[in-house]
Amino acid sequence: MRAVAIAVFFWIALSASGGAEQEAREIGDARRGETIFRQCADCHQVGSDAKDRVGPHLNGIFGRKAAANDGFGYSDGIVRAANDGLVWDLRRLDAYLENPKALVSGTRMNFRGLAEPRDRADVLAYLRGFSDNPSDIPEAQPTARPREVELSPEILAIVGDAEYGEYLSSECTGCHQRDGGYDGIPSITQWSAEDFMIAMQAYKRKIRPHPVMQMMAGRLSDEEIAALAAYFGTIE
Amino acid sequence: MTLNRRNFLGVAAGTAAALSAPMVMGQGRPRVVVVGGGAGGATAARYLAKDSDGAIDVTLVEPTRSYYTCFFSNLYIGGFREIDSLAHSYGGLAASGVNVVHDWAVGIDRDARTVSLAGGGVLPYDRLILAPGIDFVDGSVPGWDVSAQNAMPHAYKGGSQTELLKAQIMAMPEGGLFAMVAPPNPYRCPPGPYERISMVAHLLKANNPTAKILLIDPKDKYSKQALFEEGWQNHYPGMIDRIGPDFGAANVEVNPVDMTVTIDGTVEKVDACNVIPAQKAGRICELAGITEGNWVPVSGHTMQSRLDENIHVLGDATNQGDMPKSGFSANSQAKVAAMAVRGALTGSRVFPAKFSNTCWSLIATDDGVKVGATYEATDEKIAKVDGFISQTGENPDLRRVTYEESIGWYAGITSDMFG
Repeated sequence: MRAVAIAVFFWIALSASGGAEQEAREIGDARRGETIFRQCADCHQVGSDAKDRVGPHLNGIFGRKAAANDGFGYSDGIVRAANDGLVWDLRRLDAYLENPKALVSGTRMNFRGLAEPRDRADVLAYLRGFSDNPSDIPEAQPTARPREVELSPEILAIVGDAEYGEYLSSECTGCHQRDGGYDGIPSITQWSAEDFMIAMQAYKRKIRPHPVMQMMAGRLSDEEIAALAAYFGTIE
Repeated sequence: MTLNRRNFLGVAAGTAAALSAPMVMGQGRPRVVVVGGGAGGATAARYLAKDSDGAIDVTLVEPTRSYYTCFFSNLYIGGFREIDSLAHSYGGLAASGVNVVHDWAVGIDRDARTVSLAGGGVLPYDRLILAPGIDFVDGSVPGWDVSAQNAMPHAYKGGSQTELLKAQIMAMPEGGLFAMVAPPNPYRCPPGPYERISMVAHLLKANNPTAKILLIDPKDKYSKQALFEEGWQNHYPGMIDRIGPDFGAANVEVNPVDMTVTIDGTVEKVDACNVIPAQKAGRICELAGITEGNWVPVSGHTMQSRLDENIHVLGDATNQGDMPKSGFSANSQAKVAAMAVRGALTGSRVFPAKFSNTCWSLIATDDGVKVGATYEATDEKIAKVDGFISQTGENPDLRRVTYEESIGWYAGITSDMFG
């Protein structure tokens, strides 16, 4: 689905070969994006008079470190993601717009997400017009993005084997406290199974930035992630 | 691959369960004895008791009543932790159903399947888990033996030795010389000696800034080398000298009476000296007759000794393949062993072994780095799957977060070990 959308709406400027496959493209239709952005504008402003409101203003968002807007009271989730190295490049913004909670657990942004890749691309093309730094070169970061695998409904529909999940969870609890305590490593209990799966899949796909979690999630199969989600859903 | 491994495990576990079943029925609850209450043994005992819900009789043999973790002991030397914050009691394990016996295991009869204790007791087992950690190889640093450990502490087992070493560093004369004799591979906690050098430098920089540090290292290269070298240059310029094997560090001798270190014939007077000798599996493994060379070969699928399938061995004492000797590794291996033992004794489900390890090191205030990897069991060994390491030149924010994460890990692993 997404590949088709890309082919139709995005001009493919460059396709690098080799290990990290990167493509840079026109992001989307900024004028159409301006219309879609109206649903965001209750909370987020852009342009010369933009101020922080319910959400931070979005001038210069491309290439900006998460939680870097001085004076805005960010959620703990965004602050933690920033500490893990989250920088708002195109791929992360796209993932965030698709499903904010998938990228950042505990974000306050109360938005269901834009399911259509084209809608996200158009909004991001619009926002790109308010980001001066780095200069507006479509081939360069932050507009370049690696090819990604889409998280399919089939993956989310897997019913996890909670008993297997309990065994697998023993790898998590070497660092994360099973009773939900927090001393510098986040609590992972009392999450919904879906939030858990989405978060782990985002690490597995290296959308979320933390290197340990990318490594731990990277070798788990979809079934194993579902098993963990099922188990963590059973503990108090 | 995965399917094959599962099949293999399924067959192995099934066979073991069939063999032990009659005995189990004849004698009531199956008995597991765990020797050693550190990251491997405490975790294994706790998981066995917790997950078997009382179906397995679990006894832990551990001589000390208060366990001082070796991990984070360098942070005590650097002044980032109080010694008491590294101490843990076994009350949580007792509460989760483990029979905790404070005694030394001094003998193992593999035919009778019993462990004898220094206090005279004899513990029968259906499965034995050995997690004794390390002992030192006699004569590996000429002039040093365990009788010299008060003059030249090893401080490579947590507790009193760590306190002694710190006191000796604090008592050094102004502008004095601290020396460390680093161990040859393989040894407990690969970045440990170098984190210790960092923490000693941190301590001296604040209290005795003209003091010098001499690192005598028989190895060509070491864990996180680029990260430590960068950090030493940044935080402690001119303070630390490392002598490698090309300058005679493999030919070193100490004299704990005169407080000298002789490197390739050249005598150095030192004011404090940390000797970390070559290492081997805890002695009980030798007594059990399951070592080959200095270590115990084990199967990665179950952590079973290659020489006795009734004995599982964890952590530093093992020769298992690619995992470093660390508390994190021992904790990870303990869960695989606990699952395998439970499967064999109660017929519970057995899953493919998965292992992981991450080692954090502190170089200076808020300057933390880490290295880690994931592992799986093959028939030959525990094999590395994937890994990462902190990079040189990382921004200070990320280094601070890495340090904070290590504090979180300490809280996590100790609650995983002790409940």
